[in-house]
Amino acid sequence: MTINTLSQDGVQRQQMPCLTKMERMIISMQDPDMGIKLRNQRLLITVIPHAMTGVDIVEWLIKKFSISDEEALHVGQLFIKYGYIYPLKEPRNLILKADDSSYRFQTPYYWMSTRWPASELDYAIYLAKKNIRKQGELIEYEKECYNALHKRINHTWDFVVMQAREQLRASKQRRKADRIVLECQEQAYWLVNRPPPGTQDSIDHGPERRTMNTRVQLNAEFYKKEIEHNRISLARNRVKSSICLESYVKYCEQYQPHDPIMQGCLPSNPWITDDIMFWNMTSETVALPTKLRVERWSFCFMELLNDPMGRKEFLTYLEKEFSAENLCFWQACEDVRHGETAKIPEKVDEVYKQFLAPGASRWVNIDSKTMEKTLEGLKRPHRFVLDDAQMHIYFLMKKDSYPRYLKSELYKNLLARAIVPQETKKSVFPFMRRQRHSSPSPALATQTAEDDGKAKNSNSNSGTASRL
Amino acid sequence: MGEMEQMKKEAEALKTQIEAARKAVHDTDMASAASGVAPAPRVQLKTRKNLKGHLAKIYAMHWSTDNRLMVSASQDGKLLIWDSHTGNKVNAVPLKSSWVMTCAYAPSGNLVASGGLDNMCTVYNLKTPVIKTVKELDAHTGYLSCARFLSDTEILTASGDTTCALWDLETGKQKTVFLNHVGDCMCLSLSPDMNSFVSGACDSLAKLWDIRDGQCKQTFQGHTSDINAISFLPSGNAFITGSDDCTCKMYDLRADQEVIGYQDAALNSGVTSLALSMSARLIFAGYDDFNCNIWDSLKGEKVGVLSGHDNRVSCTGVPPDGMCVCTGSWDSFLKIWN
Repeated sequence: MTINTLSQDGVQRQQMPCLTKMERMIISMQDPDMGIKLRNQRLLITVIPHAMTGVDIVEWLIKKFSISDEEALHVGQLFIKYGYIYPLKEPRNLILKADDSSYRFQTPYYWMSTRWPASELDYAIYLAKKNIRKQGELIEYEKECYNALHKRINHTWDFVVMQAREQLRASKQRRKADRIVLECQEQAYWLVNRPPPGTQDSIDHGPERRTMNTRVQLNAEFYKKEIEHNRISLARNRVKSSICLESYVKYCEQYQPHDPIMQGCLPSNPWITDDIMFWNMTSETVALPTKLRVERWSFCFMELLNDPMGRKEFLTYLEKEFSAENLCFWQACEDVRHGETAKIPEKVDEVYKQFLAPGASRWVNIDSKTMEKTLEGLKRPHRFVLDDAQMHIYFLMKKDSYPRYLKSELYKNLLARAIVPQETKKSVFPFMRRQRHSSPSPALATQTAEDDGKAKNSNSNSGTASRL
Repeated sequence: MGEMEQMKKEAEALKTQIEAARKAVHDTDMASAASGVAPAPRVQLKTRKNLKGHLAKIYAMHWSTDNRLMVSASQDGKLLIWDSHTGNKVNAVPLKSSWVMTCAYAPSGNLVASGGLDNMCTVYNLKTPVIKTVKELDAHTGYLSCARFLSDTEILTASGDTTCALWDLETGKQKTVFLNHVGDCMCLSLSPDMNSFVSGACDSLAKLWDIRDGQCKQTFQGHTSDINAISFLPSGNAFITGSDDCTCKMYDLRADQEVIGYQDAALNSGVTSLALSMSARLIFAGYDDFNCNIWDSLKGEKVGVLSGHDNRVSCTGVPPDGMCVCTGSWDSFLKIWN
C-alpha cells in the first residue's frame, strides 16, 4: 500500500497493475474493425464526434467476453471510475447507464498510467483557467482547493496564471467542437483525480510511508546493537530444514480433516446452508462432544488444555490419580499471567499458600532448584514470576499424565461415545425454504474424480442415513 | 568516520556468516519435503455473504473468538461490529479520528480497539450499556498500523514510528517498547503460546520478539520491499509474510530462515493482507489488484482466486474455527467466502 514510485534501489514500480489490464481492454474496444461503433453525438447545439452510448459499451463487453449483463455493467463501471471513459451529458455523475446516454473514450494523454500522480501545478493551472473563464464562479470545493493551492505554491503563482492564460488563448483558436472535446477530457481527468468531497476516491493509495525512517539514527550506538544482535544470532542453534519442513507437512496432514475449507464439515457448514447446528454441537456446554473434537485432544497437549471441555475431562482423570493439583496450579499460573496487573501480588500470594508453601493443601512437586528460584522471585511478584514453576509442572503433565490419559478408559470411552454428526440431507418436502444438505467441500470438487483410494476421511459425503 | 565505518563492516561481516550458517542447515526445500503429499485441488469458494454498511474504504477487520462476530474499521469514521452470519450490525462505534488503519477484537469479546493516523490506540468496552472508551493509549510518535489484544489487560501495537509496544490497559502506559526496526512497522502476529510475536516492517525485515524481556530474538530477511502482512502458523514454529514485492514467504523459527516463497511472474501487485486456513494448508492473500489469491502452502502453487471486489483487498481473516474466509476491501464491502 505504498505510494512511493521508487523503491529503495531506484527501480520504477508499476502503479496499480490492474490498469494495464484495463488499458488493454480499452484499446481493443477502440479497434476500428472489432471495437465499438462510434458515431457523432449531439451535445446541446454542438456535435461531438466519436461517441458511443452506454448500451453500446455493455453489449460489446457481453459479446466479447461472453459475460452476463450484470458483469458487463460492472466492468464498464470500472472504466468510468478509473477515467478511461467519461460521460458527456452529466460529467460529474461517474456511473455507467445501460441506455442511450453518451460516453466517450478518454484520450491516452489523460490515462491514469501516464499522468500519475496528478500534479498540483497542473491542477492549479486547470482551476485558474476555470476561474478566468467563469470570472470567479468556481464550485465551492474547487474554490477551496484553489485558495489552498494559492497559499501553498504561491511562489509559482505568476507562472500558473501565465500558463492558464496561454492555454485559454490557444484553445480559443481551435474549432468549437475540438475545444469542447478538449475541455470535456480535461474535466473528466480532474473529476477522477481530484474528486469532489463526499464521492469515492478511486485512486487513493493510503497513507504515505517512509522506508528509510529518519527517526532511527544509524549511528555508532545503532551499529553496536546490530553487532551484538548478530553475534547472538550467529551462535544460535539452527535446526535442519528437512526436520522443520517434515513437521510442518505432518501438521497439515494431521489437521486436514479438521479444516472445513479443505475437507468440508459435518453436519453442514453454517455459511453454506445457513444451518447453525455445527456451532450448537461444538459449543462449550454441549453434553456430548463430536468425535473430531475429542480426536484433536490427542494431537498435542495444548489442544487438550485449550479446550475447556478437554480440561474438565483431564481434571476428572487427574483426580482419580490424585494429581489434580498439577492442573489447578497450571490454571492458577495462567490466571496470573493474563489477568489484571493490580491483582497480581494477591493472586501470587494465594498460589503460594495453596500450592507452594511447605505443608500446603495442594502442594505441587517442583524440583528444588526451580522452587528456590521461584521463592526468591515471590519477594517481588510480577506477571511472569511463576513461569519457571508453571513450565516444570506443564512438562510433568505432558510427559507423564497426558499420555496415560490418552490410553485411559475415560478417554477411550468418551471417544467411542462421541458423536459423528450426520450430514443434513435434503428435506423431502418441496416447500421447505432452503436446501439443507451440506455442499460437497469446495476443495473436493475435483478430488473425488481423481483419487478415490486416497480419501482419508470417512466423514465426507459418502452415504449416511437420511433423516427427516 | 573510521569507527562507525568499521562497526558497519563488522555488522555486515557477521551477517554474511549468519547467512552461511543458515545455508548450511538448509538441506532440503519444501518441494522435496512435500513431494509425497497430494496437491490441493482447485479451490472454488463462493461469496456467501456480502456485508454492506460502511461508506468508505475498509482498512481492517478482525474475527472474534466466537467465530461469528467480527469488527471492521473504515475511513468513514466507524467501527462496525457484525454478526456476520446474519449480516446484522450489532454495534457501531463512532471514532474520534476517521483515519483508522487497524482494529482488533479481544479474545474475551469484551473489548475492541482501533488506531490509525491519530498515533493512538483507542480501546472500547462493548459490554457496557452504551459503548464506552476505556482507554486512549497515546505514546507512539507515528501512525498505528496494527493492534492485537493478549487479554483484557494487555495489548500489543505496531506503529509507523518503527516501534512495537506492549501496553497495560489498566494504567494506559507502555510496559515494554520493542525497538529494532529501521522502517515503519506495518503488522504483527502473536504466537499461539503468547510468549512472543513477529512483526513486519518497511525495512523488509521480519523480527521475532520475546514479550517477557522485550528483546528481538531473531531477524528474518528475504523480502525486497515493505512487509504488509504477517501471520503465525497455528503450530507456532513458522510464520508467513506478505509484501509489496508481490510475494509471500514462509519463515521457520527453528531453521531461522525462509523455507518457501509464494510468487508468480504474472502477479505484479503487492500483497496487502493474509490469513491461513485452519490446517495452514491454504494461504489466503489479498493483493492490490483487487483479488485474493489462494496458495497451497505445501506445494507453493496458486490453487484459487477470490475475485469480486472493486478495489484493493485491504484485509483478510479466517475465524478460529476455520469455517470461512472474510475479505474486506477499499470498495467498502466485506465478503464472506466458502
